[in-house]
Amino acid sequence: MSDDQNDAGASLARFEKTYFEECAELLDAAYGNLAELAEEKACDETMHAIFRAVHSIKGGAGAFGFNRLVAFAHELETLLDTLREGSLAVTPDVVALLLRAADALADLIDEARSAKELVPDFEAGLMQALRDMIRGDGVPGGKPGLKIRAGAAVRDTSEGAVQLYRINFMPKLELFQRANEPLLVIRGLRRLGAVRIETEFSRLPNLAAMEVEDCYLGWRLVLSTAASQAAVEEVFDFVVDDCDLSIELVGVATPVAAVSIDVVSTDPTPAASVALAPESARGETALPPQSIRVDVDKVDRVVNLVGELVINQAMLRELGINLPPDFCPGLINGLETLSQNLRELQESVMAIRAQPVKSVFSRMPRLVRELAVRLGKEVRLVVSGESTEIDKTVIEQLADPLTHLLRNAVDHGIESSDEREALGKPRLGTIHLRAGHRSGRIVIEISDDGRGIDREKVLAKARERGLVAQDASLRDDEIDNLIFLPGFSTAAIVSSVSGRGVGMDVVKRNIHALGGRIAVESNFGAGSRFLLSLPLTLAVLDGMVVAVGRETYIIPLTNIMESLRPTAANIHAVVGRGDVLTLRGVYVPLFYLHRHFMVADAVADACRGTVVIVEGEGEGQVGLVVDELLGQQQVVVKSLETNYDAVDGIGGATILGNGMVALILDVERLRGDAGPRAPKVPQPAGPSHTTSHLRSLN
Amino acid sequence: MAKKVLAVDDSKTMRDMVSFALRSAGFDVIEAEDGRRAIEKLASTKVDLVITDLNMPNMDGIALIKALRADARCRSVPILLLTTESDPGKKTEGRAAGATGWLVKPFNPEKLVELVNRVCA
Repeated sequence: MSDDQNDAGASLARFEKTYFEECAELLDAAYGNLAELAEEKACDETMHAIFRAVHSIKGGAGAFGFNRLVAFAHELETLLDTLREGSLAVTPDVVALLLRAADALADLIDEARSAKELVPDFEAGLMQALRDMIRGDGVPGGKPGLKIRAGAAVRDTSEGAVQLYRINFMPKLELFQRANEPLLVIRGLRRLGAVRIETEFSRLPNLAAMEVEDCYLGWRLVLSTAASQAAVEEVFDFVVDDCDLSIELVGVATPVAAVSIDVVSTDPTPAASVALAPESARGETALPPQSIRVDVDKVDRVVNLVGELVINQAMLRELGINLPPDFCPGLINGLETLSQNLRELQESVMAIRAQPVKSVFSRMPRLVRELAVRLGKEVRLVVSGESTEIDKTVIEQLADPLTHLLRNAVDHGIESSDEREALGKPRLGTIHLRAGHRSGRIVIEISDDGRGIDREKVLAKARERGLVAQDASLRDDEIDNLIFLPGFSTAAIVSSVSGRGVGMDVVKRNIHALGGRIAVESNFGAGSRFLLSLPLTLAVLDGMVVAVGRETYIIPLTNIMESLRPTAANIHAVVGRGDVLTLRGVYVPLFYLHRHFMVADAVADACRGTVVIVEGEGEGQVGLVVDELLGQQQVVVKSLETNYDAVDGIGGATILGNGMVALILDVERLRGDAGPRAPKVPQPAGPSHTTSHLRSLN
Repeated sequence: MAKKVLAVDDSKTMRDMVSFALRSAGFDVIEAEDGRRAIEKLASTKVDLVITDLNMPNMDGIALIKALRADARCRSVPILLLTTESDPGKKTEGRAAGATGWLVKPFNPEKLVELVNRVCA
């Protein structure tokens, strides 16, 4: 083979990698759009987007000679094209077939990537079903709706084309007197189609002259809808006498996503302009993002280098502090600037690794839907905050715990429709999946309006399994959190869906491994809420540097509640629990770090050292006894497992400014030893986990 | 929290129908058989919406609406009026008294839920 051919081969392989990455994104997008179709939230653009995704996958596959993938994508593409043109109506059967086809497409892409052979005729049946559907025969047992309807639009066929209405809605001052609410009127419009809103502020008086029961605002709206004018007018039925209203048909709209009519404000007061997407359509218009594709390895290399720089800078700073102040003033200033810039650089690099949680959230609606169908329940998943960004590694690890929690919510949480009706709840159960930022962490919430946790049952089960003492009295939240204990499963009957040996303890462990926490709040009969709190990044954390003897440890700042020096009167020895500290009337178990890590020359008496009160998610507080606090510092987390070995109670290691290795405490795991159980006896033969063993770690 | 609706009607059938339709849609419903009982209930319970019939013994719908609009605690509660096609004048009268909207009897449950959603945030 000549060099040229070699080059060509190598570069083709390089493109192949890009192609598969792209495939994953296209599939994600297609699944997302299919979910909208299934929930009947789709607009014209949705079908186009699915078509484009499949078309792109097929195009790439052709270039690399993945013929099987090409053939299948071609059939799917043909069906999508038929649907796109509107010569075939989108029915639930069609959507179900499309979803199955998307799964098969994913499997075929997988086959092409891994060169793993699928069963030879794996896709043959589906291809036939696709062809049947295109011919209008439908799937076996298909409904009449599957027949070809020439010229019919994808949906909303009865109402005709999308029209644009210009609406002037200027309420009279007394609109509120009959308890009418303009917001609800506008929401009513939004149910009909996409709305662009401009608020008229000109009547707004000075604050002093404002009457709380008067309506001063007015709205100019542009509505694009397939609904008739009568339907638009009906929305204003209750308020028509209390406002100046004009509804004017101004033309036929281009597809919803492309609506951009500028309503130019002629009055000098500032006008607020908001575009509200219709509830039935996509919230985001797709502007092509300005982006480049970079190998994750390259980004990781930069992340690592920045980490090294942070350590380097800490060392320089330490040297600088020890210099006489007049030694070289410029040097000190320079070091300050370096430290500021470095922090910014670090944040920027972390931002590169951040990705919207959408990539994992988008798989969830399908999961819930399929599960609900299988269990014969009516369940709706409402997803929000998909654009919240979080470290790529965290996202990848999030899929399993989320899947598990959602499965649980559908299987154990939501009751059957009949049961719900009997309880006076809506037949349709609702599960919310939300993501958002909260005080420097990402919080993901999964809540359902199902039956909630039956505390009596949980407690009985926990006692039966010996997880809780027979006579222990537990608070409600403590009982709820028992479900996270290993070996706990509440479902009396282990169904095929949840409870296949993987319990909530695994979910908790997975979340912990990501530096996250999980907590549950439940209201028996009304539903449960799981809160996952995750760090923005795994690579750096703000820590408190503490001294224990000659050793230095880092306690993550997020765990620390307070620190104090107790008096002897506040410390009591309790049989079986060791020392406890009374803190504002609450007993806090003390945990002597020097005993656990076997550090010599440490302060043994808590009254002469410092107690750092730490708390994890959902469990009580523990007081860590240390010699003294050395200061607060941002530290770069280095994995201990990779470089040395996993150590109980240690989450990782870092390198301090003086070049020494310091261990980062994993508060959640340490506390297990301080709790009701007896303190763990150190293994005499085992390594004492002091940093002296780890000096060569770097 | 489910929204709480007070259904006021002297006909039990009508109250049951309204209750059933709204409970199925996830609302909390309490009932009263005339205007006076409604006022009594509202003295101790806060609701998000009142649906009332017009012709009732003791205190009719119009008087109820006027009383509620005169009461600072109930002034901003939406009120839906149940009317029949035969008396369009009542609709105007109800509006003048301060009704938020109206619903023509006989109604279907979907329409009721739709209208309730239109006035009850």
